[in-house]
Parts: sequence; C-alpha cells; structure tokens
Amino acid sequence: MIATNGKDTIGLTLNVWRQAGPDAEGAFETYHLNSVSTHMSFLEMLDVLNEQLLAEGREPVAFDHDCREGICGSCGVVLNGQAHGPDRDTTVCQLHMRRFHDGDTITIEPFRAEAFPVVKDLVVDRSAFDRIIGVGGFVSARTGAAPDANAIPVPKEEADLAMDAASCIGCGACVASCPNAAAMLFVSAKVSHLGRLPQGAPERDERVVAMVQAMDGEGFGNCTNVGECEAACPKGISVGNIARLNRDFVRATIRRR
Amino acid sequence: MIVANTALDSKCPSGPMEGRWDKHRFDLKLVNPANKRKFKVLVVGTGLAGASAAASLAELGYQVDVFCIHDSPRRAHSIAAQGGINAAKNYPNDGDSIQRLFYDTVKGGDFRARESNVYRLAQVSNTIIDQCVAQGVPFAREYGGLLDNRSFGGAQVSRTFYARGQTGQQLLLGAYQAMMRQVGSGKAKLYPRREMLDVVVVDGVARGVVVRNLVTGEIERHAGDAVLLCTGGYGNVYFLSTNAKKCNVTAAWRAHKRGAFFANPCFTQIHPTCIPVSGDYQSKLTLMSESLRNDGRVWVPKKGGDTRPASEIPEDERDYYLERRYPSFGNLVPRDVASRAAKAQADGGHGVGPTGMAVYLDFRDAIERDGEDVIRAKYGNLFQMYEKITADDPYKVPMRIYPAVHYTMGGLWVDYNLESTVPGLFVLGEANFSDHGANRLGASALMQGLADGYFVVPYTVGAHLAGRALPAVDTSHPAFAEVEGEVRSRIDRLLSIGGSSSVDSLHRQLGAIMWDHCGMARNAEGLKRAVDEVRALRARFWEDANVVGGAADLNDELEKAGRVADFMELAEVMILDALDREESCGGHFREEHQTEENEARRDDENYSYVAAWSCEGAGDPADLSWKLNKEPLTFEVVKPSTRSYK
Repeated sequence: MIATNGKDTIGLTLNVWRQAGPDAEGAFETYHLNSVSTHMSFLEMLDVLNEQLLAEGREPVAFDHDCREGICGSCGVVLNGQAHGPDRDTTVCQLHMRRFHDGDTITIEPFRAEAFPVVKDLVVDRSAFDRIIGVGGFVSARTGAAPDANAIPVPKEEADLAMDAASCIGCGACVASCPNAAAMLFVSAKVSHLGRLPQGAPERDERVVAMVQAMDGEGFGNCTNVGECEAACPKGISVGNIARLNRDFVRATIRRR
Repeated sequence: MIVANTALDSKCPSGPMEGRWDKHRFDLKLVNPANKRKFKVLVVGTGLAGASAAASLAELGYQVDVFCIHDSPRRAHSIAAQGGINAAKNYPNDGDSIQRLFYDTVKGGDFRARESNVYRLAQVSNTIIDQCVAQGVPFAREYGGLLDNRSFGGAQVSRTFYARGQTGQQLLLGAYQAMMRQVGSGKAKLYPRREMLDVVVVDGVARGVVVRNLVTGEIERHAGDAVLLCTGGYGNVYFLSTNAKKCNVTAAWRAHKRGAFFANPCFTQIHPTCIPVSGDYQSKLTLMSESLRNDGRVWVPKKGGDTRPASEIPEDERDYYLERRYPSFGNLVPRDVASRAAKAQADGGHGVGPTGMAVYLDFRDAIERDGEDVIRAKYGNLFQMYEKITADDPYKVPMRIYPAVHYTMGGLWVDYNLESTVPGLFVLGEANFSDHGANRLGASALMQGLADGYFVVPYTVGAHLAGRALPAVDTSHPAFAEVEGEVRSRIDRLLSIGGSSSVDSLHRQLGAIMWDHCGMARNAEGLKRAVDEVRALRARFWEDANVVGGAADLNDELEKAGRVADFMELAEVMILDALDREESCGGHFREEHQTEENEARRDDENYSYVAAWSCEGAGDPADLSWKLNKEPLTFEVVKPSTRSYK
C-alpha cells in the first residue's frame, strides 16, 4: 500500500482537456477537488468531479468507460503524459487514488492520434481498429461447420502464447503512447493470436497482408522500435508480437509472388 | 392446478425430450436460399447473443443491420465474464452427459424453467465449444494438447471450458470477429454508438427500430423484416451491481411498452463473491470469479463483533458456515444459497471488515496444501485485481467478499422460437427469461447467449420470415413517424425538467430501495412499502432531475436519464412480481416462506408458472399498471424435488 500522508482523503488540481466536438478547438480547464477518498478508483474521482460540475450547472467531462474492471477496453486517457497512468499492466479504471498524494496536479488528456479523432473531451473514435479486424482479424469458420473441438490438438505452449496475445482489450493505449501513433502492437497481437493456432493457419498469409494494408490505410504510423506501446499496454502484450508480425508479413509477401 | 389466463403459447414441441429440437427444426419453414437476401434482420446489441446471431444470419445470406451502444462491438458486457462456459462433452470421463447438464440446469433453476428449452440448451452446448475452437478461441489446454475442463459453480462434474479468467472476453472476441468478417465483406452493416429507443410495430409485427446516434444526437429510423433484441440484463436497476455502467433495460423496456410481456422480473441473481462496498462514491461492484470457491474456504468469526485481524482468530473460533451447514457441497453450494448464507452471517453480527458487510474467503489452507505457485497459476490475475482494488494481499490475508447483484434471470417472455409476444420481435441471451428458471448456474450464461445466437435463432427467424406475409415496409411508413415523434418528445421532456438532483443520485436512491426490499430477501411488508417509495421517487425524477446539455451531441447525462427513467418503471413490476410470488425459489427468497432451518420453501402447487406481465397503462409514467399472465410449467422428465445441497 502506498502511503498517502496517513490521510484517507487528498486534495487535487486537475487540468482536463475540454473539446466540444470533433471540429471544435480544445483547451485545458483547471478544476480543484478538495476531498478525494484514496479508496476511489480514478474514474470514480472523475464521477465526483462531474457531480461537482453538475451542481455548478456546468457540463460534465465526457469520458469513455463501461466495465470498470479493466477488460472492456472502453476507458483510456493520457494521465500526466502516460496512457492509462503511472501503473504497469493497469487500465485507468483499475488505477486507485491511493496512488496519488495530497496536493498533486494531474493532467488528463485524450488518446491522441490522427487515426483516433477526438469525439468530445476525452472521448476518441477508435473505430479504425474494428475496420482492421474486419479485413482479416478472424478465422473463416462458418457457424455449424466445425469439427469436434478435440479433433486438432494444440500444444499447450502454443495455446498459452496465443492466449497471451489474445488478451488484448483493444483500448488503443499502444497507439496513444507511440511517437509514430503506430497500431503495430494491436495488429500484431491479433496476427499472433490467430497465426499460432492450427485453426488460424490456413489464412495466415492473407490475414497479415490485409491487416497491415488496412492499418496503413487508416493513417497509423510505422514501428520504429521505441517500445512505449508495451510499457503502456494494460495487458502486458509483448513487442515480441511485432517482430513476429514483421516475419509473417515478409514471409507472406514472398509466398504470394 | 394453475390455469393459464391468457393465450401464451410456448410452442414447445411434444414427444420424447431428446428428439424435440430435431423435430421442431424439421417442422420449421425454410427460406429459399435465393430469397434470403431479400430479407433484412435488425440485430440490437453485440454481446455474445447479438454478435453470434448477426454473424450466423449474415453467413446464411440475410441482410443484417447491427446496432451497438459502444464505440466498438467488442466491448459488450459479455466480455467481463470470467469463469467459463459449460458443455456436456464429458471429455474428463467423469459421467457427464446432455441428460445430466439438462437435469442440473432444471434443478439449479429451482424448477422454474421450461424443460424443452433447457434440454435444447444442453444439446447444443457441445456444438458451441466446437464452433468456438474453430474460430480460434484459445481455451485452456492440457499438455497433450487437448482441452482442459474444470468444475465450476457447484457442478459435481468438470464440464466448464475456460480461457484463464477471461472466458467471456475470448468467446466475445470469437463472435465479434465472425461478425466483423461479415461487416468487412459488406454482408452486415454495423452501426456503433447507437442506442435503441423504440420498436416500430406495423400491423402487429415488429418491423423496425428508432435509434439515437449517440455522437451526433440524430434520431434514425431503421426498417426490417425481423428485430432481434440482444440487449442484456437489467441488474443496474440496483445502481450497484457487477454489470458494466452502460448495461440497461431501455431496449427491452420500450419493447415491453409496445406489447412484449416481461417474464419473472423478480428473478435476480445475487453473486456471492464480490468485493464489498467501500464508500458512498462507489460506482459499481467487482466480481471475484466463483472459481475461487474451489480452493478458498468461507468463514466468519464465531463471536459476533469480533474485530481482531483474521490471522489472530484461532481455528476453533472460526465458523466455516458453508461447510458446517452443507457438508456435501460445502463451499461449492450454488450462488443463491451461498449469498443468502453470507447475508445471514452479516445480519447476525458476524460480518467482518470496516462495514461488517463482508465474510472471509480464505486461501491459507490451499496455499499450505498446494503451494503459493499453484494458487498463483490458477488465480493470479484475480488476486492481482483484488489487491489493486482493496490494497490487501490475498496471499497473506483472507479476501473479504460479499454478495452483489450480478445477473437477471427474468426478461422478456419468449416462446420456444425465442419470439416475444410481439410477432417478429425475438429476444436472445440475458434479455430473455427462458432457460435459467429462478437461478442460473455458473458458466451457463455464456452457453445460453451463444446457443441462442449461433444455433437457435438462425432457424427460428427463418420460420418467421418464410411463414408470415410481410408486406414491404420502409421508414416512410406513418408508424415510423409516429414512434420517432414520441422518442423526440421524451428526449425534450427529459431535457426540460430543469431540476436539481443529479441522475446518478436519483438512481442510487432507487438502487437502495430495491436492494433493501427486493434484494436477497423479500417480505410482503417491505415490498408493499417499496412500491410506494418507487412511485414517489419516479414522480420526483420527472420533477427534479437535473439533465444538462443538449440533444445534438454526445451527452452522457441525457443517455443516463433515459435509462434511469426506464429503471424507475421496471422497478415497480419487479416488486409486484416479488409480491405475487408467495414462495421462495432460487434467487427469490420470501422470508415468510422458509423452513425451520432457514432454507427456501417452494410451492409447486400454486406457483409453478412463468409470471408474464403485460403493461396496461403504457402512457404517462405516473399511471402505469400491469396485468399478470401465467404460463403453467409442467415437468415430464425431471420430477420437481426440494433442492438440497446438504
């Protein structure tokens, strides 16, 4: 447990990005919260801010959130320069205020990338991810056409590695943290998840080529091995997947000639 | 003998149980392959049920329009299911079968579900696992490469397939990817960030929906030949629940007010292992997977009000009350039984932690027996999540847990075809009432959502499309204009209340009424008081809610206000249902109806029915009323008996 000066409540100054809509100009606004319980989650702290704004007759801060358990991938802000904030392997909904100190100033911004236009305040449009999945992030298995589930054994090690990659929640922190706004960690996680399994093998080449083309078409940048994506990823997805993506891509382009 | 007072035709086939679904499928009309592209199906919701249905229907060749409340269909609340999915594969060779899964589900539901539906669910369970594996769902495997199973939620066989603690996530991604394949190839059209605000009924048949674009505020009309509601459960009526924040009853409720009966609304599931409430700011509750009860032991101090830390309470001063009361099932008793037992301990002054509203779930003995590494491999992610939220290390001190609202067995009434009382309106997954009776077994929600979407509705929607005359209807039909007008005036009304209470604060008050009087234990006196309190709160909502912002952009407060307004109405019929059901069964525990040992006392003679409520005064929120319609339940295979886990 991190010390909070022996107090159960702390005072905070918040610099929050406010932007009325996609085409509006945005700016930081400063708010003060006097007694934030250290047991709150970060999003509950934003709830308290919004209640305060409502009581003052002002519009609350828009932010995406849903499960508040770190699995749906809805939430995500840049907190003091870090996507999802200071803790490793933690979405911002699982970050608790005991991590902060009395008197701290917290700057809160949306995930910024050309391919993630701001919708309002801290909410961005991440539908580019869905379009990338739609061109190849699947196994073409028609409903009803499947053989018995145990017909094809999968070595446990491969299944575990596939699961590691599959645990991506599609939040977009990798893009927000990358200086090039690349989506390579996201794309590579799906390419690895499916490519490692025998069920995904028949479409392995087509998948990687289609997904990389879609990724480029959406305006994401390229990977220059900075590694910020892995550091920001709340699910600990490894950059090793990007290396695998590059190998698969080269292999597929040679084979397709 | 219970007599149906309304023509509620369940359309359940007759004949031997194991052949009913086959027979029914054979009897259903088919749509000619060349005609499928002429029909449009509107799918609302993209959780397991919605995504699997949308993918399967588009594969069959229908035009599919699919609506999703999130920015991406991958975020539906199915994603949060941790534990697993049941199937009767019997891979572990421990005696499982379709018959046994069927029997366990009927019994687990306390004999308040239809046998035919449950048997079909058990039958298709195996095909679901095949389908998911073929999609690349990375289920846990053994070293030989075959699939692993575990025992879950009180089952005495190991029939649960799982993907670490993220089974719901992986199954949803499988269905989502299958759906996105159809979207990517243009066979399905995806409308994200849309909220369904009404159903359009033309000549008695559901022919469209009116949705709000949550980003632009635009009100859109969509016409089709069938409407599928896959919009989840209504646990958020309690404000605090394990449901995600966006989970709501609005789509189902608007359908209810257009004529769809709402069945067994009082059947809610309180999950025994959640992290206790810590303060007034609490926005939701977090579930700790039930799988923890496989190794954790539940206890409280024998002495009431004992404030010593757990480590200082000697063994003989601990009451392992589940093991004591239920020697054969012990810590693995079903959810309703475990939840009530925890409440009894807290009510009796034996609760632990700062609020006294918690019991211990202790891994000390399991760690001594198996070693910390083994426990870490099984539950590492759950322990980590617990520590993040509570700042306590469960490897060193016992977890504190308490029951929380988790799932709703009730929902829109559907027949064997999953069709509601509004023809052409189908309801899938948690949004319907069909398969779990009065209590759902662990790892059965994922099974039902996917069964409905992959393997039931693709056949039964076809029968509707092939069997009914469906004249061409488009969005210029006057019915659409009328419904859109009603939707707009409701939004205007919400925005013009101009009160001073935040929507959340009113929602919290509603939740408190429901938790106190229509939660884990109910009695006539409390329920009657709750009806009055809910009506008064509903009136206050429409006078004093503070809904800021406008209708023409992203406005979370407006969205929440619309949903809370519907919860305020639903709450009343939940209470009426709980009042009507003068028995205890499953998750519904009436204090007046219990044995000397405080176990539930069911009344099959008088209450073996589905309570399907129709909305009578559908106009102003102030003068709503409901009528009870009964569908008698008959049991031909599993003879109703007293559930005993002793």
